[in-house]
Amino acid sequence: MQDVTLTLPMLPDMELTASKTASAMGEHIRMSRDKIDEIQMAVVEATINAFEHSGSPDRKVRIHFHVLGTEGDPTGLQITVTDHGTGIPDGRLPMPGNDGRKSAPLPQKRGHGLRIINGLMDSVDIRSDEQGTTVVMTKLC
Amino acid sequence: MTESLKLTVDDARDDLAVIRTDGYINNQGGEEIARVAYELIDKGHKKLLLDLSGTKIVNSIGISILIEIIEKMLEIDGKLAFCSLTPTIEKTFHIMGLAQYASIYPDEEAALQELAV
Repeated sequence: MQDVTLTLPMLPDMELTASKTASAMGEHIRMSRDKIDEIQMAVVEATINAFEHSGSPDRKVRIHFHVLGTEGDPTGLQITVTDHGTGIPDGRLPMPGNDGRKSAPLPQKRGHGLRIINGLMDSVDIRSDEQGTTVVMTKLC
Repeated sequence: MTESLKLTVDDARDDLAVIRTDGYINNQGGEEIARVAYELIDKGHKKLLLDLSGTKIVNSIGISILIEIIEKMLEIDGKLAFCSLTPTIEKTFHIMGLAQYASIYPDEEAALQELAV
């Protein structure tokens, strides 16, 4: 299957377009419904994170979907979400392996997007500098 | 292209009310749930059950509003519970720590049996 790239304007609910694309690609490579649902939720979070926090001057987010493996034997889906914003401030990048499962009191109300992405995807890599932020997420079949 | 959340409310019981959701729970959806929940609390309902059988995606902003409702219920010594979650939403609630403060039931029947006690 060909790779797919979306360029989404920062408009309400536009993250659902990314979610529907993820679902179509997951179905095409015959992923389980539960894994597709997890990818959809993670893509929504990565997209709204970029919408809310990037400060991107072009008010757009680019999302690239790439099927891992071969045409006849796909092994997973890699999704790259890129913005051209101001980057994540030093010290606010999530630590590898930190899934945030701490006992409470009650969980903090905001800033859960990256924790959800880490918890739902098989691997997550985040690169951020003053040119913008790129989140690379992978889910294996 | 906003996709509005639809809610139906069953408040026929004295203490317990059920809010059923249909659609995407984002910031607007979460705020609508909160508005309905606070109305039910004002009417004297101290147990609320959120049936998410019609919801496939909840985003982190929607979840943050659900946390506010849990806080409100704890303040009044009440209880918020969830049922009929997709496996992914249930996993997300565990990741977020919500499951420590709100019971999760497989379906409405199981929830009502427990909550009615």
